[in-house]
Amino acid sequence: MDKLPQAQSELREMDTLAAADSPVHRLHPICKLSVTLLYIVIVVSFPKYDLSGLTAMVLYPVIAYQMAGIPIRLCFRKLRYVLPLVCAVGLVNPFLDHTPFVTLGSFTVTGGIISMLTLLFKGCFSLMASFLLIATTSIDSICAALRKLHVPELLVTLLLLTYRYIGVMLEEVGIMSQSYRLRSPGQKGIHISAWGSFLGQLLLRSMDRAQELYSSMLLRGFRGEFFYAQGSPFGFGDAVFLLGWGIAFLCARRWNLPAVAGSIFVR
Amino acid sequence: MHMADALLSPAVAATMYAATAVTVGTSVKTLRNDENLAKLPTMAVTSALVFAGQMINYTIPGTGSSGHLCGGMMLSALLGPQAGFLSMVVILTIQSLFFADGGLLALGANCWNMAFYGCFVGYYLLWKPIMGSKLFAKLGTKATGRAKIILACVLGCVVTLQLGAFSVVLETTVSGISELPFQAFVGIMQPIHLAIGLVEGLITSAVLVFVYEARPELVMDAPIGEAGLPSKCSLKTTLIILAVVVAIVGGGLSLAASSNPDGLEWSMFGNTEAGYSENMGLDEEHYGLSSGAAEIAGSIQEKTAFLPDYAFVNSESAAGTTVSGLVGSVLVGGAAALICVLGGFFRRRKATV
Repeated sequence: MDKLPQAQSELREMDTLAAADSPVHRLHPICKLSVTLLYIVIVVSFPKYDLSGLTAMVLYPVIAYQMAGIPIRLCFRKLRYVLPLVCAVGLVNPFLDHTPFVTLGSFTVTGGIISMLTLLFKGCFSLMASFLLIATTSIDSICAALRKLHVPELLVTLLLLTYRYIGVMLEEVGIMSQSYRLRSPGQKGIHISAWGSFLGQLLLRSMDRAQELYSSMLLRGFRGEFFYAQGSPFGFGDAVFLLGWGIAFLCARRWNLPAVAGSIFVR
Repeated sequence: MHMADALLSPAVAATMYAATAVTVGTSVKTLRNDENLAKLPTMAVTSALVFAGQMINYTIPGTGSSGHLCGGMMLSALLGPQAGFLSMVVILTIQSLFFADGGLLALGANCWNMAFYGCFVGYYLLWKPIMGSKLFAKLGTKATGRAKIILACVLGCVVTLQLGAFSVVLETTVSGISELPFQAFVGIMQPIHLAIGLVEGLITSAVLVFVYEARPELVMDAPIGEAGLPSKCSLKTTLIILAVVVAIVGGGLSLAASSNPDGLEWSMFGNTEAGYSENMGLDEEHYGLSSGAAEIAGSIQEKTAFLPDYAFVNSESAAGTTVSGLVGSVLVGGAAALICVLGGFFRRRKATV
């Protein structure tokens, strides 16, 4: 049950990172969202054997992390969520695809190894990009951007409210599980006799609390929509960032840039 | 079951985004028509609770392992399918944004695999019919409601998880990611999720039964009435009986499924396998050395080349691309490391100034 405090500290950490100030933090959220999505789309669109071409894509997160002043190692802790399924799918490739690609001494690199590495790289790269987005953009800015992109207000308001309440709930459930654990030494999780009542009691209390919350929101003039502070408009810098990276990504996808660079040194 | 971005091709991801967007649009419209604004805080608090609740480990008696709560079934039973779906979408979005659990591009697919099946299929196909049926009618109102909730939850979780797992396999295969044959992939995923579904169903039903006993009006479509006949079997007994029955049926089903794989693979993919490699493999001639930039580079390389020749197995152009690609990738890696070092250097200098 150590997941709860860990999730709490992760949320806090992301909030702290997003509250900092840097050229990347100051970019318009729509600009960052578009660049991130474009980056991920281009990364995953690389063919499965194009490992060398894909490596050029590492430059965007590396440069942007430095611009944002965020240590790149932070995002690798999140890999534990991404890697299991990617590994499960990727690790079988070397056993099934024996197409020889290149021999280095006595070792033959097969297509399966290349495609496995490509898959793992794709997983890491897209994680780095989405982590960067959220580490430099607060939830309020993201919600404001989503509203500008005409995502239904009900969904956006729900996202914002849920995010606020996740902190409260994590704390509450964390306290409950800690006290349960202290009263049941040597037990791994929740016993079957408390399966229903443990979360059920909290659920009942929370449902009542939600009603009170709604009443207080109404009293403060809530009419179904939140209003967002007007951030700085989509400026020249945002356009340059978006266009520049967009062109760079497309070039990296169209031409195998590392191979071109490497061919200068290899006959 | 959260999918990462790397497991999807852009086309599949876009299709799943479109499907999810349509479902979100319809759900929002339905909720707006009902003027269910008052539900909004309840939805937010419940989804936050489900988010936190999914991190609790429940001990499975007789085994050393533990299970978790199934969010989709629980939310649609408490809030209805549309509100439940939106709440699940929000949970999955937060998981993908803040915890990197499931990719940003794969969000559409994840919403479909977990939220759509869990809320709509689970509710309309199983929850509503079972709650509206005359099953267990002899037991008395409370006991009937309880038995129905358990049955609907267990069946709902098993079915929706099976559908979700099947979708994961289907989306990955159509994306051309894995070398693993469709049949083998299904053979691994489905039985694993059968077990998970059973446990999640039982845990979810335990929570819902508790809520039902205390406040029956909170559970969708549950029978509300006077506490008629005293219940004939306790919650624990019902749970155990149902678990045994479902385990036997489920075990038999999965055995049958794995020993006799159906013709689905052949019927869906047998004829298109060649098509995949053509579509996804993108011809290699357009990469690397054949491009215009490479020709200019070629003239420079005559003078600068210093690496000896390698032994290649494959065709010349592919092999040439491979080695120069390898060298180029090392260069890119070096450049990336340099950028990191420089960035760190300047940050430190700025901090000390």
